[in-house]
Amino acid sequence: MEHLSIHDPPPPQPGGGPHPGGPQGPPPPPQAQQLPPQMFTTAAQLLDLTDKKLLLVLRDGRKLIGILRSWDQFANLVLQSTVERVFATVSNPKDPHPKGLYADQLHGIFLVRGENVLLLGEIDLDKDDDPPFGYEKAEFAVVKKLADEQKAAEKSKETRRIKKLATLGFEGENMGEILL
Amino acid sequence: MLFFSFFKTLIDHEVTVELKNDIQIRGTLKSVDQYLNIKLDDIHVVEEIKYPHLSSVKNVFIRGSVVRYVHLPAAAVDVPLLEDATRREAANQAGKGK
Repeated sequence: MEHLSIHDPPPPQPGGGPHPGGPQGPPPPPQAQQLPPQMFTTAAQLLDLTDKKLLLVLRDGRKLIGILRSWDQFANLVLQSTVERVFATVSNPKDPHPKGLYADQLHGIFLVRGENVLLLGEIDLDKDDDPPFGYEKAEFAVVKKLADEQKAAEKSKETRRIKKLATLGFEGENMGEILL
Repeated sequence: MLFFSFFKTLIDHEVTVELKNDIQIRGTLKSVDQYLNIKLDDIHVVEEIKYPHLSSVKNVFIRGSVVRYVHLPAAAVDVPLLEDATRREAANQAGKGK
């Protein structure tokens, strides 16, 4: 991130350049700040989250947990100690409540392109050690396999739904791509 | 920019944001920017058991482009004023188009 702040002097004007307080007349009026307008809002939000442990949900449904170390005006993000967390449910015909499983896989440093970010949330470190309600930890390979199966099932269901809707003249807002 | 201003009037109210992937997140609206990115504080997910990944998250920054609906508190919306403002904005836009 460029270290722009409201106190920085404005960039020099092309052409003339600043007059060094010569006898030509009064000093030029103060110029409008050159900061892009989103600096004050989008970037300010990200600034609050820097060096915090975050949960990131990507457009393809992946959930990443990591420490935000750097970012830019497009919300491209650099995460440290990134962990991918997968969730799956195991349905048991005897039990009406499906059992939830989750697992983590360590990835390390991630640079995420901003357009792929769906949401990002700051993790409450007090609650971080507890497993998510109704879920328990399991082997990564097992959970990943289950999650992939569930995602594939969901996708084929969604594809059929969209096809049917298309025959009726409807167009979905996220045709083809489902987000979970 | 009208809806940007409108959302700014709702800051510190409790809203529910429904995303395009059907998750509904309820929380206090803390901030909104020109892209209608939304920051919510003290969040909880409406169907917690279905979406477990947000259980230990306290505040979220949601990209504006993934929001489907924002459920507003009816008491915080001055409907006649909003209608008036939208019409005025539409008239301005039409005027600029000529």
